[in-house]
Amino acid sequence: MADKLRAQQQLEQLQARYVGTGHADTTKFEWTSNIQRDSYASYIGHPPLLHYMSIGMGEPKEKVRLRMIEKMIQPVGKPPEVQD
Amino acid sequence: MSDVEFAEVTRLQQERNALAAGKKGSKTFDPANQRTDASTKASLTDINFDTDLYDRGGVDKYAGYNTSIAVADEDEEMADADGDGGRRLVGQYTATKAQMDEFARGGAEEEDILLGREKQAQIQSRESDYQKRRYERSLAPTMADPFAADGQTNGQADGKTYREVLAESELDKEEQRVLKLIAEKKANGEDGVVENEATLKKADSADTTLNGDDSKADAAVGRKRKKRWDMSTEGSGEDGVKEEATSKRSRWDSAPAPDGEVNSKRSRWDSAPAPDGEVGSKRNRWDQAPTLGGATPAVNSGLDTPIHPSQAVTTGFGTDISSRNAPLSDEELDQMLPGSAEGYNVLDPPPGYEPIRPAARRLTTAPTPAAAAQGYGGGFMMQEPESARSLGKQLPTEIPGVGDLQFFKAEDMSYFGKLVDGADENELSMEELRERKIMRLLLKVKNGTPPMRKTALRQLTDNARQFGAGPLFNQILPLLMEKTLEDQERHLLTKVVDRCLFKLDALCRPWAKRLLVVIEPMLISSDFYERVEGREIIASLSRAVGLATMLAAIRSEIDSSDEYVRNTTARALAVVASALGIPALLPFLKAVCRSKKSWHARHTGVKVIQQIPILMGCAILPHLRALVECISDCLNDEQQKVRTVTSLAIAALAEAANPYGIESFDDILNPLWTGARKQRGKGLAGFLKAVGYIIPLMDEEYANYYCTQIISIVLREAASPDEEMKKVVLKVLSQCANTNGVTATFLKERVLPEFFKCFWNRRMALDKRNYRSVVDTSVDIAQKVGAGEVTERIVSHLKDESEAYRKMTAETLEKVIASQGAADIDARLEERLIDGMLFAFAEQAVEDAILLNSFATIVNALGVRCHPYLMQVSSAILWRLNNKSPTVRQQAADLISRIAPVLKQCNEDAILGKLSTALYEYLGEEYPEVLGSILGALRSIVTVVGVGSMQPPLKDLIPRITPILRNRHEKVQENAVDLLGRAADRGPESVNAREWMRIVFELLDLLKAHKKGIRRAANNTFGYIAKAIGPSDVLATLLNNLRVQERQSRVCTAVAIGIVAESCAPFTVLPAVMNEYRQQDLNVRNGVLKSLSFLFEYIGEMAKDYAFACIDLLSDGLTDRDQVHRQTSASVVKHIALGVVGLGCEDAMEHLLNLLLPNIYETSPHVIDRVIEAIDAIRLAIGPGKLMGYIWHGLFHSARKVRHPYWRVYNMAYVQQADAMVPYYPIIKEEGLARDELAIVI
Repeated sequence: MADKLRAQQQLEQLQARYVGTGHADTTKFEWTSNIQRDSYASYIGHPPLLHYMSIGMGEPKEKVRLRMIEKMIQPVGKPPEVQD
Repeated sequence: MSDVEFAEVTRLQQERNALAAGKKGSKTFDPANQRTDASTKASLTDINFDTDLYDRGGVDKYAGYNTSIAVADEDEEMADADGDGGRRLVGQYTATKAQMDEFARGGAEEEDILLGREKQAQIQSRESDYQKRRYERSLAPTMADPFAADGQTNGQADGKTYREVLAESELDKEEQRVLKLIAEKKANGEDGVVENEATLKKADSADTTLNGDDSKADAAVGRKRKKRWDMSTEGSGEDGVKEEATSKRSRWDSAPAPDGEVNSKRSRWDSAPAPDGEVGSKRNRWDQAPTLGGATPAVNSGLDTPIHPSQAVTTGFGTDISSRNAPLSDEELDQMLPGSAEGYNVLDPPPGYEPIRPAARRLTTAPTPAAAAQGYGGGFMMQEPESARSLGKQLPTEIPGVGDLQFFKAEDMSYFGKLVDGADENELSMEELRERKIMRLLLKVKNGTPPMRKTALRQLTDNARQFGAGPLFNQILPLLMEKTLEDQERHLLTKVVDRCLFKLDALCRPWAKRLLVVIEPMLISSDFYERVEGREIIASLSRAVGLATMLAAIRSEIDSSDEYVRNTTARALAVVASALGIPALLPFLKAVCRSKKSWHARHTGVKVIQQIPILMGCAILPHLRALVECISDCLNDEQQKVRTVTSLAIAALAEAANPYGIESFDDILNPLWTGARKQRGKGLAGFLKAVGYIIPLMDEEYANYYCTQIISIVLREAASPDEEMKKVVLKVLSQCANTNGVTATFLKERVLPEFFKCFWNRRMALDKRNYRSVVDTSVDIAQKVGAGEVTERIVSHLKDESEAYRKMTAETLEKVIASQGAADIDARLEERLIDGMLFAFAEQAVEDAILLNSFATIVNALGVRCHPYLMQVSSAILWRLNNKSPTVRQQAADLISRIAPVLKQCNEDAILGKLSTALYEYLGEEYPEVLGSILGALRSIVTVVGVGSMQPPLKDLIPRITPILRNRHEKVQENAVDLLGRAADRGPESVNAREWMRIVFELLDLLKAHKKGIRRAANNTFGYIAKAIGPSDVLATLLNNLRVQERQSRVCTAVAIGIVAESCAPFTVLPAVMNEYRQQDLNVRNGVLKSLSFLFEYIGEMAKDYAFACIDLLSDGLTDRDQVHRQTSASVVKHIALGVVGLGCEDAMEHLLNLLLPNIYETSPHVIDRVIEAIDAIRLAIGPGKLMGYIWHGLFHSARKVRHPYWRVYNMAYVQQADAMVPYYPIIKEEGLARDELAIVI
């Protein structure tokens, strides 16, 4: 019992610190949004990769970067309706 | 001496003699100590027994002593100086007030408090009189919540509005004032009658004076000190009352008056018995403390929850007879009556017999009439000891619906008695049920076991809003006010309050004031943690209820006439400021500081501003100017106390702002400066302190100017006898010395002579705090003027006859020389220094670290210059090594270990040899502390001279040390192991292999020592020895050791195998260990796995050569039926994987992962933890891409039990390698989820 409680607390702490971490009840929407955001962040964070992609897309690097940042808002669309 | 005086003195002497006679074995009741000396028959309640005969009644045996101990801050209302003047036959010498304060408060140091805590758990037993005044305060009424929608208290329509509260406090103040006036009037009025008669006689005696019958008239009338010719006797006859009220009279005037309490200026003892607390016009707290009416008596009537019976009703000492009439317990009966051994039997009571037992403890024992007659309402009361009997038999051990408690005190019964009254729950109303529910939860929190406490606390917080603020606080607050509360209980209750506050939020508004009354006293506690707890609660209260409510609650107390109330209020307001931000509170503070109505309010306002920087530190900087502006006018206040507290506030602000913010102080510099010149006495101390704290903020030029200006005042005050002033002077001096602009020459010429004259004397060394500040200031000055100058001046004190003074000198020298070195000390001074140190060292009566440290520091600083004195030093040490007292021996040994390097530096190998031989002879020492020091000294000598030239050769020394290893004392163990390790490292050949083997076995036990230092030293030593004698012998015995049953020793063996492998290369060990795995015995195989785990942990990257060799063994281990086996194998895998990261063992690791992964569904916490760790380690070895391939499919599995561990692995991976995981996320083809960017190929 105490162990479970502690594990729960540790998990909450972890999640407060790292948004992308999940748990047994994580939905597909949450998980895929995190994947998308992490991916965009990673592309932007590695300038050579960003450069490569921008050449591949035929657009200026900065435009690609901005678009990626904007896509981070609701990267996989609207959250599903909550039904209860 | 007139007749009257003579009579008075005779009477005093008689009283004293009677007292002395009564002390020695008379059988009467002695009112002084409330005990009959021998007889058990005398009634305790009958005080008048025989007392007329011995003339004891009404004599205060403490007459002439200073009986009250001041405990308040600077501003106390003591009138000691004139309060107890006279009445002495001889002069009385007592300690200074500061010294007594120190004991009253237990000093400011936290250690003392911890000591006190061990002695007594109850909070009140540690409290000073001042702090105990909190019991006098009554719980304030609830207030209406103006912010609530219906304008009423939530659910309570009877709360008072702010207007009513203020009016009440006004009324209260007015009442106090009138009472005071009445008291004064009464005193004067009685006098007036007497005086009227007297003056009439006086008129007659004006004639008789002519006849020379002066003295007689004087005796009858009372003499006036000032007989002035221009004072007409008729005048005094007419308005005698008025005149007497104003003129200061000699105390002899009223001497013949029978009751002795007519003086307007009375000794505090005269008024002590008056129960209603309205006596002295000038009271000090000694009078007030015991009155139960309280400092704010008027509020009592307004309570909607009456004060709890346990507080309201106090039983006089000796009047509660219930414990004496209690039935005898079985144990007592067993002791009294003969038992079965003598042939007697205890019969069972006949069936149906019910013994009549009185109720557990009467809640309100009716006071016996005698107590009431004596007016015990506020007299001295003895705490009733809790006899084992009353606890053991009468108190329930189990409360229905609560379960087993840790303890249940007699006092708890009065709060939680309802729970055991056995009422039928079905018949109770909702309200009552709720009350009982809360009661039960509170009892669980307060007295329950930790798990009970936890669940109860959770229930209380979760349901706080349903319970409501009223029912909750109605029960919690009286508990918090309970006198017998202990630390733990209060901690838990405050925790409950804190959580409830958070949940209830604005619902607490009506309770703000009452909560404050209960919590505020915690702010002046001497315990640091208690203060912090109090602050936290007040902060969360102010966040919950908002500033307006807090101010409404506090407003009426700001100008209270009671200093205690104002003090706590100021601290509470400071906490509010730190919780809600200074700007929010500033307008209010500004208004309060400029209050025209009463100086009390100004005083409190300034005090708040003084407390704010103490709480918030440099966080005040943005608001510094505003804060200073608030109080700037108060510097010139007409009230001395306000001026003083203002200067203290400025000092606190400047201290917190250091080194910034000088521009904020610009406006007040001038008044402060003129104030510092104009003031005298106590006021001056505050001003000097403020200037002293502001100077370090100034730039160099100004600082220099102000320093030189203020130094003259400071030096003038240096000779002041006032302790407070002394402390301030020392502080200012050290700050001036630290200021950049002040030069060494200035200090030398102006400051040093005066400083050493006033502060370097024996008296300063006796008081602990003075001692500290003198040392600090001297060190600060030495930073500027150089070590030589200061040393020169104080070195002669090393030979002073006062030990405390010698210690003060030694400590100063140590600090000065440690920071400045000895370069500044010339040959002659050096000689005096060593000479003095030797003297001080030899003469110390109590051995402590100060002299040891200072001697060692000085010798080390002098280095080779010590050479001429070393002979002397060593002979002193040798002599002390042979001393009878263990502490002396220990100190001598410690000194050797400290100065051994210097001895070597001076090439004094002969002395070193002599010392080590002597130490060797003392190895039979019986005191472990001393033995440890001796071993330490030997170790440092071995270190400096080297193993080869050690004086008793190692082959003699080591065998003596082997048995010492069995000593259980940590200090001995650590030093012995360290010494052996050095020997094994540097000169293994000096001892034969057999001896080393013996040592190895002793060391095995040390591997499980509690202290990490010992374990580490043992580990290292083990490695050195294994290297010295080769692994094979050691290993054989270690592997045998794996078979023993005791788990601890198997673990130690496993550790030892790991160490041997590390120090002698793994290939010498691994085959033998793996061979052992073939044994059937599970314990052995487990031990093997464990030692492999340690082995791979120690060898780190070397694992790459041995990983493949271990795969089969590990495959077997990971697929074993036994859980522990798999767990240990997993930890081996973890250590291998961490060792081989990036070294090309990926295939092996993947194979191990395949075997490991099925274990992910383990539920036992240890097993699953090890397995997850191993998977993590393998992820590092093979990279996240490959590992996540094993993980994806489990993340959204339909069974939660499957998802759970997989997410755990995922989370660990995400935290450590999120970026590296990006390319490996699964490809999802749905709309918007594809990551097409990754598919770009140029």
